[in-house]
Amino acid sequence: MLELAHLTAGYPGRPPVLRDACLTIAPGEAVGLQGPSGCGKSTLARVAALLHRPDHGTVTVDGHRVHGWRHRAPRSLRTRIGVVFQQPRQSADPRLTLADVIAEPLRANGRRAEVPDRLPELSRSVGLTDELLTRRPHEVSDGQLQRACLARALALEPRWLVCDEMTSMLDASTTAALVGAVESYRTRTGAGLLAVSHDDELLTRWCDRTVTLAAGAAGSAGAAGSAKDLDTWTS
Amino acid sequence: MSPRPVTGQPTTPGPAADTRGDPSPPTDPRPVLSLRHLTVTFRMRGGRAVRAVNDIDLDLAAGECLALVGESGCGKSVLASALLGLLPGNAVVSGTALVHSPGTPTAPLDVLSAPEKTLATRVRGRLIGLVPQSPAAHLTPVRTVRSQLAETVRELHGTPRAELRAATERAAARAAFPPDHLDHYPHQLSGGLAQRAATAAALVGDAPLLLADEPTTGLDRDLVEHTVDELRRHADAGRAVLIVTHDLVAAERVADRVAVMYAGRIVEIAPAPSFFGEPGPRHPYAHGLLQALPSRTFVPVPGMPPELSRLPTGCAFAPRCGRATAQCTTTLPAFTDGTACHHA
Repeated sequence: MLELAHLTAGYPGRPPVLRDACLTIAPGEAVGLQGPSGCGKSTLARVAALLHRPDHGTVTVDGHRVHGWRHRAPRSLRTRIGVVFQQPRQSADPRLTLADVIAEPLRANGRRAEVPDRLPELSRSVGLTDELLTRRPHEVSDGQLQRACLARALALEPRWLVCDEMTSMLDASTTAALVGAVESYRTRTGAGLLAVSHDDELLTRWCDRTVTLAAGAAGSAGAAGSAKDLDTWTS
Repeated sequence: MSPRPVTGQPTTPGPAADTRGDPSPPTDPRPVLSLRHLTVTFRMRGGRAVRAVNDIDLDLAAGECLALVGESGCGKSVLASALLGLLPGNAVVSGTALVHSPGTPTAPLDVLSAPEKTLATRVRGRLIGLVPQSPAAHLTPVRTVRSQLAETVRELHGTPRAELRAATERAAARAAFPPDHLDHYPHQLSGGLAQRAATAAALVGDAPLLLADEPTTGLDRDLVEHTVDELRRHADAGRAVLIVTHDLVAAERVADRVAVMYAGRIVEIAPAPSFFGEPGPRHPYAHGLLQALPSRTFVPVPGMPPELSRLPTGCAFAPRCGRATAQCTTTLPAFTDGTACHHA
């Protein structure tokens, strides 16, 4: 389970963007998170990915209560969660080749020896050709770079995936291809998913259920309508 | 939104001059934008050449909105930058891009061969208004909207100081930017208001052609609809609007015609209702791109776009196309009757 309970989070000098937000994702479940610009979707995703420390509230990953965020998060928790951001250009080191971008998590976790085996498999799973792997970010398109960023997020075989507007820079075909890659990974590993998007149709098609994060009002939990949709949102 | 007229033929003038109801000069038959054989090649290290825009012919009339759609990296934005003379130094441009201001006696200006001075004094902001991709990044963060808009008004119209304040407020009103927000800094504006502020600046010079390069990227659906509706309004007011976008839903909402670009070429131009409705796209790539939408089959076009530096000799889409035959791999299909495909 990925449990976010009573989260209040924001940025210094401003009122919190999230107040008392709750969300529980079951193993293997795909939850879509939508809402208008500035309602705190991305903040919630960052908290869930252990990249932003909430002011209040708790995050529990597979039964482990999280006490540290960013570099303070224990490796065992951090590596359970893979993240894909909206803008691939800003989330890939421009000095690395795509092969190094994808292999970075393995190297950073002392699993360098696995790189020769895993790299072809990872790049194939997101549809990158070998020839693209030797290029650097400025030599590929946004869509190709986002494919590499997804492969990087999958490198450590995370139990949870957080996709924050993963496809909003991309055309319809690349969007469908990337969502397909995420889904085949989830089918194989049973990983859970938190997908943030403002594209209603995409989330409906992609996720088991969709919750709406409203700005300034109590939101509603929609779609599947299961008992665990007791999430209420205020901001 | 008023029912939108469909302009079937590229050279047909838009109906805007008739619908506005003001005593404007008689309809000008010449298109506002006319591209012929527009080609942009980037010279790379080691003698490599990347052909980002390849032999584009396109006409855009006043009152018409055309959406240029395609996969990322297909050359859409390069085309937009070429019209404004904003390409990097290693770009080689050929062909013609005539921009004509309807109702004026001046001859159409070829913006591709115009020197930088002409581009700066006659084209940017005056003949072509740019609605930027990211208004928050386009506006200067350290100055208020009023200050930036006033500068644009003064630069483009030479308005004297005494009248500047009123002229600035009129300029803001044209993009429906609320006057009580003029003294705000860009970071104090919501995404929608920042978009209006940037659009207001694009409209100041009364440019007959509005160029919107990915105006909806990263906006939520409400804001997307709002932004494209505003662009539609400017088309209905008699401007020619060219929207470069990867968002097919936004394109369907706003466009009279859709041009699909693949590997630097336009492979299909169709009226929006027949493209998105019946009978649908004719080119296999356009068909695949539309079917990839989550509201349709959500199946991607197989494979990835070809390298622009190593385009195949025949149809660039042939390696990904289910209908490709031997002819497709050897002969480049000519653009005839709205599409460039041997089998359409």
